Order: sequence, then structure tokens, then C-alpha cells
Amino acid sequence: MTLQSFLFYLLAVISVGSALLMVTRRNPVIAALYLILNFFALGGLYLTLHAQFIAFIQILVYAGAIMVLFLFVIMLLNLGDVKQLTERVSYKKIIAAGLSFALLMEMLYIFVYAPSDLPTSRFEQAATIGTVEYIGKQLYTTFLFPFEVASVLLLAAIVGAVILAKRRLN
Amino acid sequence: MDNVYLVSVVKFVMYVAIVLISVILIGWLERRISAFMQNRTGPNRVGPFGLLQILIDVVKLLLKEDIVPKSANKRIHDLAPIISIAVALSTFAVVPFGNTIEMFGSEVKLMIADVNVGILYMLSITSLGVYGLTLAGWASNNKYSLLGGLRSSAQMISYELSMGLSIIGVLMVSGTLRLDQIVLHQTSYLGGWLPAWNIFLQPVAFITFAVAAFAETNRLPFDLPEAEPELVAGYHTEYTGLKFGLFMLAEYSNVITASAVIVTLFLGGWHLPYAEYLGLSPFGLSILQILTFCVKVALVILFFIVVRWTIPRFRYDQLMNLGWKVMLPVAIANVLVTGLVLLVI
Amino acid sequence: MIVIRLEDLLYSAPLLVLTSSGLLALIAEAAGRDKPVISYYTSLIGVITSLILTFLNLGAGVPVFNNMILQGGYAAYCNLIFLSSALLSIVLSRSYLERMQYHRGEFYVLIVFATAGMMLMAAALDLTIVFLGIELMSICLYVLAGFMRKKELANEAALKYFLLGAFATGFLLYGIALIYGTSGTTNLVVISRSFAQLSGNSLFLIGCGMLIVAFSFKIAAVPFHMWAPDVYEGAPTTVTAFMSTGAKAAAFATFVAVFVRVFDIPGTALSSVLALIAAASMIVGNVTAIAQNNVKRMLAYSSIAHTGYMLSGIAAGNAEGEQGILFYLVAYTFMNIGAFGIVSWVEQQEDRKLKFDDYAGFSARQPAVAVLMSVFMFSLAGIPPFAGFFGKYYVFLAAVKADMTWLAIIGVMTSLVSVYYYLRLVVLMYFCEGESDVAAKVPLAAISAVTLAAVLVILLGIYPSLLVDMTKGFFKI
Repeated sequence: MTLQSFLFYLLAVISVGSALLMVTRRNPVIAALYLILNFFALGGLYLTLHAQFIAFIQILVYAGAIMVLFLFVIMLLNLGDVKQLTERVSYKKIIAAGLSFALLMEMLYIFVYAPSDLPTSRFEQAATIGTVEYIGKQLYTTFLFPFEVASVLLLAAIVGAVILAKRRLN
Repeated sequence: MDNVYLVSVVKFVMYVAIVLISVILIGWLERRISAFMQNRTGPNRVGPFGLLQILIDVVKLLLKEDIVPKSANKRIHDLAPIISIAVALSTFAVVPFGNTIEMFGSEVKLMIADVNVGILYMLSITSLGVYGLTLAGWASNNKYSLLGGLRSSAQMISYELSMGLSIIGVLMVSGTLRLDQIVLHQTSYLGGWLPAWNIFLQPVAFITFAVAAFAETNRLPFDLPEAEPELVAGYHTEYTGLKFGLFMLAEYSNVITASAVIVTLFLGGWHLPYAEYLGLSPFGLSILQILTFCVKVALVILFFIVVRWTIPRFRYDQLMNLGWKVMLPVAIANVLVTGLVLLVI
Repeated sequence: MIVIRLEDLLYSAPLLVLTSSGLLALIAEAAGRDKPVISYYTSLIGVITSLILTFLNLGAGVPVFNNMILQGGYAAYCNLIFLSSALLSIVLSRSYLERMQYHRGEFYVLIVFATAGMMLMAAALDLTIVFLGIELMSICLYVLAGFMRKKELANEAALKYFLLGAFATGFLLYGIALIYGTSGTTNLVVISRSFAQLSGNSLFLIGCGMLIVAFSFKIAAVPFHMWAPDVYEGAPTTVTAFMSTGAKAAAFATFVAVFVRVFDIPGTALSSVLALIAAASMIVGNVTAIAQNNVKRMLAYSSIAHTGYMLSGIAAGNAEGEQGILFYLVAYTFMNIGAFGIVSWVEQQEDRKLKFDDYAGFSARQPAVAVLMSVFMFSLAGIPPFAGFFGKYYVFLAAVKADMTWLAIIGVMTSLVSVYYYLRLVVLMYFCEGESDVAAKVPLAAISAVTLAAVLVILLGIYPSLLVDMTKGFFKI
């Protein structure tokens, strides 16, 4: 096994494992911590694909900022009685489980029996398109318009959050 | 290939050793300086000038019982100091402490990891430091600890923004995310005589970055997470022995790293002005540059210590006001002005 | 490399003017406190200017900004729908919000930004724009739904809409990722060129399936409709009017832009999936609407049913279907916004006067308003000669031509069911005794807005060709 594929399998196991643990933990703080671990594993996967910029932004933004706020909110909510959050097994859950299982089988069927041809690997190019310089150039030329739209989107989100969260009206 | 790994390991081991020794020195320095400023004597019994006092303290911490409160979350209680120290030690990996040096018959860059997005690495690792404090506060299951942890997360998130924005000013000037390139960019001379250090090119960014660095290291005047009069000892109230020691170690390592980053980004890194005209051999020059770097870092650390014992602590609302209503707009304005100036030039 | 050309800016003037007016209103709001009227007029001027510019832009569609969006043509046509919906909502909102004591300038800013998002959705030539447009619209709507912060139902509506909407966004992004992964591009024009080859690729089809889920959520099609009744009920009534018309039209516009204009779906599995969703929406929407006692909830279920009618046009995927949807969207926008407008006049604080019974004997005190309401109800029921009839006629015709006669039959049968609950309101207004009246004196602007909607509903019912001819050239890229 090359170092590349070893890293891939290691990180893949960590990310899938932490995602499962995140969903199954009862304590929301612990669940959040597993999600952070998951982000790390994802960041590592990006690194193995030569996407350094995305990798570090993943950690900086998701693990370093968003999840901190999540933890902050969870701690402030003071979810003392975690049991209230857990549902008993109900008919809804059984239906959901059945549907999810069917979806899983369908996907497995597709992946196993009808393998689709992905576009040829662009791994060789990855080292050049993963750099900050390349991403920056793309953002400010080809994708300038979406970039500007994103700024309006963020502005709208900020205005909305302030309206809903402001202590006093008028 | 193997050579690269070997060099990295050597650099890493040396680095950890140096940091641990410096922490001891800084600890001693801090106590002596605080004593001097408060007209006391400070530790002076163990060793010459009390130099070995901290060593004895370490032994004391090692021997103390590790107490975990009954209602605490044991695993996370253990994990928190580890996160703190790991984050504190890893940031340094991308800081260049010299240009290049001949070692093992090949040219070696004097930094532990040569990451081509060095600054992003640094920012993302420092942004994780908050987990150590927050989790310590939460896992202790104690009101004061939790409040300390919450304060730390709010504070660090607030100041990370202005920190990142002040770095953008530096990036715009030097046009690279590699820290070694940023230092190299500072080795030229403005008008033929003034070293092109970023402190001269980006004075506003320097100030905002330095203030944010104080906040990020939780040092006075921003040590709200452990403010004694209000929160006993904040997030590490419930920590004893070695784990408490790890928090202390993390704090001082953070000070060292923050100083090293300030030196790298704003104070010319290992650059000693006019040293290249001295006619030294390349090896000699490298050694001189490493020494320059160490002296600069030491001076900034000294500044950290002096500030701690000079300025009183902020109130929490003042801290938030400063972060969001002063630092952030100033940092954004700096980016704008820098952009305009670069556009005109 | 030239990043922005002058003609890019000129062609997208409606979008730019609208967004700038939103920004201006925001600045005015920040500068002049407690004067929401400034924001009202700023956004009103922005929307009207944009509307005029859009009329000038109705010619052929031109890709601008590096093939990111299409301006003119199809996009301009859809813009007309969004802008009229925004215009009518803004005019209706002022008196409504003043009455409910929630008159704040940010309201109009959010409406304007949401409209900008809708315009992007219709114009998108790139999946990134599809995503950004949907998010821009949705985020504004989440906030608008919960704008009456102290009302419990409004909070529930906003939270429900937000959580489920975020979940739908997850599907959207996953779908986009799979499509990008299999085709190597996010540009819809490039994808459409290699669609024949890609449509055999199972990962690509899963991606399309994910997109269908996300879009179906936004248009409130069964089984992704659960949020609609609660959100429509909890949101301020004028916002509901805006959501059920503009936002729905925008979601349909992207749906058509992606699945009809780019992905050549007739005859594929995707087409039958859409037909099933359409049938389910028609049945569930119409049958559940019968049981409703609250007019807003009834209109919510009716909007689910209308989603079903319009979806059968997409499922058919032929020229009649495409033109049918575009006509239907216009008709539906005017009749629905008119109906909600009148509901907002009758409604009183704390959700009073929203029941069917509150309309008993309405014609005695407000004969003119009762006539307007009846026009909208008849049109929603699809009774000629109102616009709603021709909308249904076109989409069912399309279904028959595409060998989906069963879908058309379900459509006609469920339409018959819908007559019951639409006419129940009319019967109550005219043939029952009651005290019902509008809550307060309705300002002239609001009256003219609703009258305009009614006039258009009648006019388009008599001359549907006015619009249908216009839409003929929109489906060649």
C-alpha cells in the first residue's frame, strides 16, 4: 500500500467512524466533539488531494469557528436532562429506518452493479488547482459574479440574524 | 527522501527542547519582573537569583495528586489540557527561525514544516486553541469554570477576526502565504536605508495584531477566562498537578509562539539589518540570523511580561466593545487603505 | 482577461438596480431611525425601476458574466413574475404591518433581497448561481416568516422553515456535487451538451434525483410539502402571499431552467418520477384542503395542489408543458397574491378573523371586495373565463400529448374536488348571514394593487395568447 492510499483509508475510517459516533452519542457536547474530529479527518482527506487551501479553510472555518459557536450554544442551553431529547422507538422511526435501508440498498446496488464512469482522474492537475493562487484567480475572474452574489447573501443573512436576535424592537 | 524526515525529526526535537527550557526561563523572568515592578524580591532562594525555582515547581506539580471532581466528565477533563498544549506547540511548526543553513550536506530551510499556506496553517491551529479552555471549563462541571470556558470561546472568536484581518494587510504587501517568503520580503530596504519590515509598512496591522495576540493568549489585560476576582481561577479552577502544569506550559508556549509570529510577520523575522554587508561566511551569517531571531522574540516576550504587570484587566463588556467596535473596523479599514495604496502604486 | 464587460452590466441592469435599491434602503434604515417609510419608498422605486428595465429587456436571452447568468428572454419573463409579486407584496405589507405593529424598514430590504435571489434562480446558467440564488431567497424568507417575533406561530413557522430548508439545501449541494463529479463542470450549458452521454451515468442520475428533492421542497410538492401549511399559517399574511407566489415561481423557474432547458428529460426515468410527484401533490393538496377551517391553511394546501398541476407540465416536458407552466405561473401569482391580499385585510391582530366563518355575509358590507375575492376563488378553481382555467388547460393538454393521460385525468378530477372548498368561501360571503368586515380602512394603494391583480386575472383569461406567444422562443439555448 502506498502512503497515499494508507492515508486515505486511515482518514476515511476516522471520518466515517466519527460521523457515526457523532450521530449516536447522547451527550450533545460529546457529539459535537466527534463532529470536530470528523472535520479534521475531512481536512486531512483534502490535504491528500493536494487541496491545501480547502483543507485549512475547512479546519479554520468549521472546526475553529462554527463548531466553537455550536459548543457555546450547547453549553448555554444547559441541556441538563438529555433524556428528554431522545425519542422512544415509534412507528415513524421504523418507517424512517426502512426507507433509509431501502435507499442504502439502492445506492449499494448502483455502486456495485452499475459502476459509472467518472471523468478521468485529474489528480495530476490537483497540485496546481488546489493552491491559494489558483483559487484566488478563479474567484476573481471566472467566478467573480457568484463571489459578489455571495456577499449579498451574507449581508442578507446578517441583517436577518440581527432582526431576529435584537433585544428591542423600535 | 529519508534525509528529509530525519532533518524534520531533529528540528522538531530541538524545537521542543528549546521551548521547554524557554518556558522555565520565562516563568522565572515573569516572577522576577513582577516582583521588581511591585517592589518585592521574588524567588531568590533556589539556585543563583532563584533561577531553579521553576524546576522545583515542576517537580512539585508532578508529585501532586491528580484530582478530578466527582461530577466532572473524566475523559474530557483529561483531554482539555492535552488539546491546549498540543495546539500551543504545533503553531510554531511553520515559523522560520532562520534563512537556510548547510546541514547534513544539504541546504536546509530553518523551519520545521515548509507549508505553502503557512499563514492559513497558523490561523487554523490557533483557532483550535479555544477548545482546550472551553472544554476544560465544561468538563469541570463547575459554574466558575464554565463561565471561564464560555468567556474564552467568545473572546477568542471575537479577536480571531481582527487577527485574521490584520494579517491580510501583511499578505497584500508581501503577496504570499508562505512565512519564509514573507520574511524574505522584509529583507529589502525602503529608500535604501530603512529595513522594509512590515511594522513600517503596516503599522496599524501591527497594533491590531499585537492586541489580538494578547487576547488570543489570554494574557492580561485580556485574561477574562481566568479572572481571579470574579471566577476563582476560571477554566482551570478544578485542575491540579500535572494537568494544571500543562495549562501553564501551554500559556507560556503560546506567548513564545505569539511573539515568534509577531517577529516573523512584522519585525523582519531573522533579518538583522545590514548584516549581509558584514562579509560573514554563509554558515556564520545563518547562526547570526538565528541569534537575531531569538533576541527579537525574547524582546517581544519581555514586552508581553511588562504589559501584564502594567495594565489592569478589562471589564467583559469593554473587551467585547473593543473587539467588535474598535479592532474590527480598524482592521477592515486597514485592509481597504492598503488595497487603495497598492492600487495607486 | 476582461472580467466584466459593459454589456454584462447593461443586460443585468434590472438585477443590479434592484439589489442597489435594497442596499440603499438598508443604509437609509441605518441612518434614519424609526422611519420605515423611507425604506418602503426606496424599495418600491427599486422594484418599479427594475420592472421597467425588465420590460425593455424582453428580447432574446444573452449569457452574461462569463456564462454565469442569462439575462433577457426567459429570465426577463420570470423576472416580471417575481417583480410583480414583490411589488404587490410590498404595497400590501405597509398597511398590514402598520396594523399589526410590526412596521420595520428591514422588512422591505429582505423582500428586495429575496427578489434578487429569485431573479438569480431564474437566470442561472451555472449550478453555483442556482445554489446562491436559492439561498439568498430562502434566508430572507426564513427571517420574513418569523418577522412577527412575539407570535408563537411565527416563531414555529420560521424555525420549521429554516430547519427543513437547511436540510433541503443539503440535498441540493449533494446533488450539485455529484453532477459536478460526473460531468466535471458546474456550467449548465456545458452539461447540456453532454447530457445524452451523462444520462446513462448512475451517479449523475442520483445527483439529478437529489436536485429534484431539493426543488420539490422549495415548490412544496408532496411528499416534501409538510412545512408549507404551518409556515404559510404562521408567517405574516403578506409574506405568505409573497412566498406562495414569488418564491414558488422562482423555484419553478429553476426547476424548468435545469430540468427542461438543460436536462432533456422526456422519456427518461426522471420524467416519471416527476409525474408521480405531480399526481401525489394534486391528490394530497386538494383532499386535505377540504378539511381546513383556516383560510390561510386552505390556501396553503391549495398551493400544494397547484404545484401538482404545474409539475405535470414539467413531467410532460414538451413545448405545451413548458409554455403552460410559464403561463400558469403568471396566472397563479396574480390570483393567489390577490386572495392573500384580501385575507390580510380581514385578518386582525393575534390571528383573529382567519376562519372561513369570519367571511360569512361579507358581501353585505364590502360588496366590491367580495367581488374581487370571488374572482380569485373562481380563477383558483379553474373556472373559465379566468386565467386559472387556461393555466390548467395548457398543462393538462401537455400531459395528454406526452402520453400521460392518466396524469391529466387525475388533474381534472382533483380540480373538481377543489371547486368545493374554493366556492365554499364564495357561498359564505354571499349566501350566509354574518358580521364580517375588513379590519380597518384599506388604503388606496393596497386596493389598487389587488384590483390590478384581478384585472390581470380576467384579462389573461380572455387573451391568454398575450403571454403564450411570448414564451415560445424561450426554450432554445
